[in-house]
Amino acid sequence: MSPYEAILLTIITASTPLLLAAIGELVVERSGVLNLGIEGMMVMGAVCGFAAAHVSGSAWLGVIAAIVAGIAMSLLFGLLTQTLITNQVATGLSITLLGLGLSGLIGSGFVGLPGVQLANVSIPWLSDLPYVGRLIFGQDPLVYISIALTVAVAYVLSRTRIGLIIRAVGQSHDSAHALGYRVVAVRYACIAFGGATSGLAGAYLSLVYTPQWIENMTAGRGWIALALVVFSTWLPGRLAAGAYLFGGVWILGLYAQAMGMGIPSQLLSSLPYVVTIVALVIISTNRRLSVINTPASLGQGFVPDR
Amino acid sequence: MKKLLTAAASIALVSALSVSAMAADKLKVGFIYIGPPGDHGWTYQHDQGRQAIDARLGDQVETVFVENVPEGPDAERTITRLARQGAGLIFTTSFGYMDPTLKVAAKFPDVKFEHATGYKRADNVSTYSSRFYEGRYVIGQIAAKTSKSGVAGYIGSFPIPEVVRGINAFLLGAQTVNPDFKLKVVWVNSWFDPGREADAAKVLISQGADIITQHTDSTAAVQVAEEQGVHAFGQASDMAAFAPNALLTSIIDNWSDYYIARTQAVLDGTWVSTDTFGGMDANMVNMGPFINMPADVKAMAEATAAAIKAGELHPFTGPVYKQDGSLAAAEGEVVDLGSLLGMDWYVQGVDDQL
Repeated sequence: MSPYEAILLTIITASTPLLLAAIGELVVERSGVLNLGIEGMMVMGAVCGFAAAHVSGSAWLGVIAAIVAGIAMSLLFGLLTQTLITNQVATGLSITLLGLGLSGLIGSGFVGLPGVQLANVSIPWLSDLPYVGRLIFGQDPLVYISIALTVAVAYVLSRTRIGLIIRAVGQSHDSAHALGYRVVAVRYACIAFGGATSGLAGAYLSLVYTPQWIENMTAGRGWIALALVVFSTWLPGRLAAGAYLFGGVWILGLYAQAMGMGIPSQLLSSLPYVVTIVALVIISTNRRLSVINTPASLGQGFVPDR
Repeated sequence: MKKLLTAAASIALVSALSVSAMAADKLKVGFIYIGPPGDHGWTYQHDQGRQAIDARLGDQVETVFVENVPEGPDAERTITRLARQGAGLIFTTSFGYMDPTLKVAAKFPDVKFEHATGYKRADNVSTYSSRFYEGRYVIGQIAAKTSKSGVAGYIGSFPIPEVVRGINAFLLGAQTVNPDFKLKVVWVNSWFDPGREADAAKVLISQGADIITQHTDSTAAVQVAEEQGVHAFGQASDMAAFAPNALLTSIIDNWSDYYIARTQAVLDGTWVSTDTFGGMDANMVNMGPFINMPADVKAMAEATAAAIKAGELHPFTGPVYKQDGSLAAAEGEVVDLGSLLGMDWYVQGVDDQL
């Protein structure tokens, strides 16, 4: 494997969990709901994915379990914020805290056990092509799923009737309601989608990235995903760019160290945050575009007035 | 008759002891961990030490622990809580707990504190550490014998003396086999972040390292080595289960003997503030089984470990040159303890700058 291939492969692995978690949250926020519980849903996905894969021996069962766990956590969030109209910020934070604690409890019997790794895709001949084979045809399946999801979300949001409804609900839930759309049902569906991709992101950590269960293994990645959504001005393309930029700068920082360039490691560790924020702020300076894309009802509870 | 008397006397003594143990509350021994006991590395070994206390002195002692305590203000709060709850002896098991430990110790003069790997003491604060670098020297030799590329990758946590000492000892060991051996260092600025540790291992391997060693606490790096077909060393605990083909050996910390002795000292009322720096000779650093290597490499490693244990070999025996070319220890001399404990310089050959 050539060095550039290795660099790109490592960058893709580091970026994919961020992209997976963020693309779901983007849909959730487009529908006007702010879910700060990504970290909690992700870590639950990680522990349930690992546990199911370890018990059954099948990594794919683990992936499914992670998605189910993510959805379950998100539906709890939905029940509280959509049906019981609790404050979304406080509820999201408590979902994160609940997820971190509950995952530690579920995972206490699984700490330190060897995990099951999700195998890389291998297409005869194509995966062995020089230079691009591993890169394009030999990734783990979740990488393709994350890219497919990004494209699908971009298409659905901007080109389909469903996307229009989601955006309408996010822009003005009263108008959408007046037009006869079922605001709460649409939001429930979006929240569940966000839970599913967060769970998938957790599965990526415990089945691909480092195939083992370690308490608190998300290590703040859910918060980075959340920030990426806001800085990308709710556009899937920019979101993917931001996620890969973050992963890229982080990995290149490690390379700079390994090559002995003498840059302080503390500076390199903080660089991904700085670079991503600066880059996304610069591309978001187009005020008109930012205003158009910001869901106007973001974070507000909706009570149908009959 | 004499025998009978002795027996009676010892029975009386035993019952007297148990009465006094029952009269006074059990001694509470607290532990502060930087990671989860299930990390199968650093914290795992400390927890083995705690369990050893339970097994040996369980009738007089009760142990408690708090895991995943971040270094910094949180640590001070947690240590204070343990002291308030009546712990008579508290082990704080990470370098970054140094200042919080001293602060809390000043407020609780009757509680005994033991801080691992630090260098600040007080009347009720002891420090203890292991000469991990003795093990690093052994694995450095193995690395240089095993490596085909002549480059090893070293994943560091924080650039503190303990870690720098390990890096230097590793390279000094390697240079006894191959004077041109190269060492690349990547700092992840964390003791425990499996994702970052795995990334760092991948980066080092793609930069030509075919030996991975780490001074971080999880098993992520050895798993990456297993996956990518290079060799690795276990840190703090035997990690063979996680890399059955890649692992060469592990440096195993053994805290049990020390923990039992210190707890016994508190029970006996003989505890005084001390500074312990034990190595292979004190059974505080052990080597795991030497696996996945030819017999001659194994023989060399065993001989080196035996020489260190017997006190015949000191890893920092001169000539030792610093990175800038100045002499740290001349031929036949040994780098002095002060420089060892406060080590803030690399030896020649490290491909990194502090």
